[in-house]
Amino acid sequence: MSNLVIKAENISKQYRLGTVGTGSFAHDVNRLWYKVRGKEDPYLRIGETNVRNQQGTTGYVWALHEINFQVEQGDVLGIIGRNGAGKSTLLKVLSRTTAPTTGSIKVKGRIASLLEVGTGFHPELTGRENIFLNGAILGMTKKEIKRKFDEIVDFAGVERYIDTPVKRYSSGMYVRLAFGVAAHLEPEILVVDEVLAVGDAEFQKKALGKMKDVSQNEGRTVLFVSHNMAAVQNLCNRGMLLQHGTVAGLGPIEEVIRLYQKMNEQAAGNWENMNRKGEGVCKVMRLSFEDENGKERSHFQLGDFLNFKLSVINSSEIIQDRIRIILGIYNLNSEGILRFDTQATGANFELHPGQSEIICRLDEHLNIRPDTYYVNIALFKGDSMQDYMEKAVSFEIDNCDYYGSGRTIDSPELAKVFLRHSWFEQHKMHNEK
Amino acid sequence: MKREVIENIPEQFTQVIKPGTGLFELNLKEVWRYRDLLFLFVKRDFSAQYKQTILGPLWHFLQPALTAIMFLILFGKIANIPTDGIEPILFYLSGITLWNYFSACLTSTATTFTGNAAIFGKVYFPRLVLPLSVILSNLIRFGIQFLLLLLVMIAYAFKANYFYIGWSWLWIPALLLLMAMFGLGFGIIISSLTTKYRDFAVLLSFAVQLAMYITPVAYPMSFLKSKSYATWIQWNPLTPVIETFRYALFGVGQVNYGSLLYSLGVTIVALVIGLLLFNKVEKTFMDTV
Repeated sequence: MSNLVIKAENISKQYRLGTVGTGSFAHDVNRLWYKVRGKEDPYLRIGETNVRNQQGTTGYVWALHEINFQVEQGDVLGIIGRNGAGKSTLLKVLSRTTAPTTGSIKVKGRIASLLEVGTGFHPELTGRENIFLNGAILGMTKKEIKRKFDEIVDFAGVERYIDTPVKRYSSGMYVRLAFGVAAHLEPEILVVDEVLAVGDAEFQKKALGKMKDVSQNEGRTVLFVSHNMAAVQNLCNRGMLLQHGTVAGLGPIEEVIRLYQKMNEQAAGNWENMNRKGEGVCKVMRLSFEDENGKERSHFQLGDFLNFKLSVINSSEIIQDRIRIILGIYNLNSEGILRFDTQATGANFELHPGQSEIICRLDEHLNIRPDTYYVNIALFKGDSMQDYMEKAVSFEIDNCDYYGSGRTIDSPELAKVFLRHSWFEQHKMHNEK
Repeated sequence: MKREVIENIPEQFTQVIKPGTGLFELNLKEVWRYRDLLFLFVKRDFSAQYKQTILGPLWHFLQPALTAIMFLILFGKIANIPTDGIEPILFYLSGITLWNYFSACLTSTATTFTGNAAIFGKVYFPRLVLPLSVILSNLIRFGIQFLLLLLVMIAYAFKANYFYIGWSWLWIPALLLLMAMFGLGFGIIISSLTTKYRDFAVLLSFAVQLAMYITPVAYPMSFLKSKSYATWIQWNPLTPVIETFRYALFGVGQVNYGSLLYSLGVTIVALVIGLLLFNKVEKTFMDTV
């Protein structure tokens, strides 16, 4: 017996850019004219791949283009990709809120989506009424909801407020109730998009646990879209990487995440198209990593020394003083790991007009977990932010024989920081005098 | 866990998501599966409207009562238009009650797509559930207004010592159904047309207002007998419905089967076109709404 529950074949979705008006009406008429004569839609041929920062020529883009994938029963498929890669469009097509332009998806069983929790919640209705309404919108029958009612209320922790209109709820209660309803659906396939971005830490844990439970213990299939790589890695067994509306990778989740990270690395370091904030009188033009010998590298080993070398430009005619530079080092889950701040060390810079080079030399060697790290760069003059870039560049630290024991560190992912240390047995004090 | 993939067994898949549907795949079965949602929507529409009001549904009495009084002054006293021997206030009230039902059905189903884009954009359920729920929740409102009509009729029955009730009352549910189908049909046609181009939405509330004057709500058809424009008003498919409604309630006049059949025909055509358009639009309207 086949275990396939979703089979997507050549899914494409085309969007027209710009506003609806007489121009789109002319296209509609033209399209109808082609259809009447039995010809193919002329605008389907001219679509372009969806690259946002490039100027297109036709006004039609493919948000999704020829997507093929299959999902098996019990799989938890993580769909990852940068913003605008087509993740949400794909979920919309899957959850049937919009139809694909071409292609088809065959599905076995009921699909329920959590594109955004609380869909159809009416602020004036009580928690109780909304549970029934929302449950029914999500495809449950009244009987099913009745059976699950206590469980939902319990999960959301809103017993006391159940007969109060939801407009009086705190935002946390609201989200918990909404997720509670959705989480107690019993669809064969659950589609989840970033719902975990809301709620407090305890609730997030609960929600993730519920999703894991749904997939592992009940054998349901889950499609999960998120930017939180830790959550994706933790929950999913398979991954699909989307890029510009096409599938860039499909396979075991670890491989797909690695591919995604590699893609991000290539994008980082592209200084021209960097997304910057700040006034921009003084700007960081480049940041590179050098080893002790002044050689530029992006791969280091645990225990290496590292210098940051910044090229900074002052585009005004005068000397800019009170310059503060901050380098924030983050891991892939956007957790702050290291931070280097001129203010912290009391370094005070002046920037002369034109370009200057600034070095930040680490006096200690690198002893953080072998992983990929991003650098956020901020440059201030006094209190005014001149330049700020997120994930401007990345470097990698590789595992090595850090302790000099003749082998690399086992399971380095279990720690964030490594300190050289030694073990010995203390000689017993023999106080037998 | 060992996985075996054997492809090409399409019979196992329970549904197929694809670009367009055939013209006549209406999927009414699915609407039936979502009947609980239908009734919850009705309940929501009804109860949400009266949250934080004291009089609640009694507010429904006010609008037809005031309109009827206004008509009484305007058409009865000032213009001196006869009412076929029916007590004027009852004449106006009956017309307004049925007309209100039609106009409410039409105007609120016409905004099905544009007004519910937020829900439709996030979750799938058969879109037809919403306009159907509008028809049903308006039926409750009609019921309340009909109750007002009955109360006034009973009050006048004491005064005139006469209360008409007969087999003709059996017409009422049939006429109501006809009105509902007519409102639904035109409403979903307009809602389908307005997803991309909003032009019709601008026109609608105004058009409904004007349409009331070319429908015998405030005057009887008998009054127009010798007028040249009477035939035009006869062509209005709502005319026979309102006239028959008055016949059913008060037993004055008679049923014109020919014109009722004509109304039924127009209704069926509107409903079929509406369903076909709706079915086509519901798939992709999220991209253009």
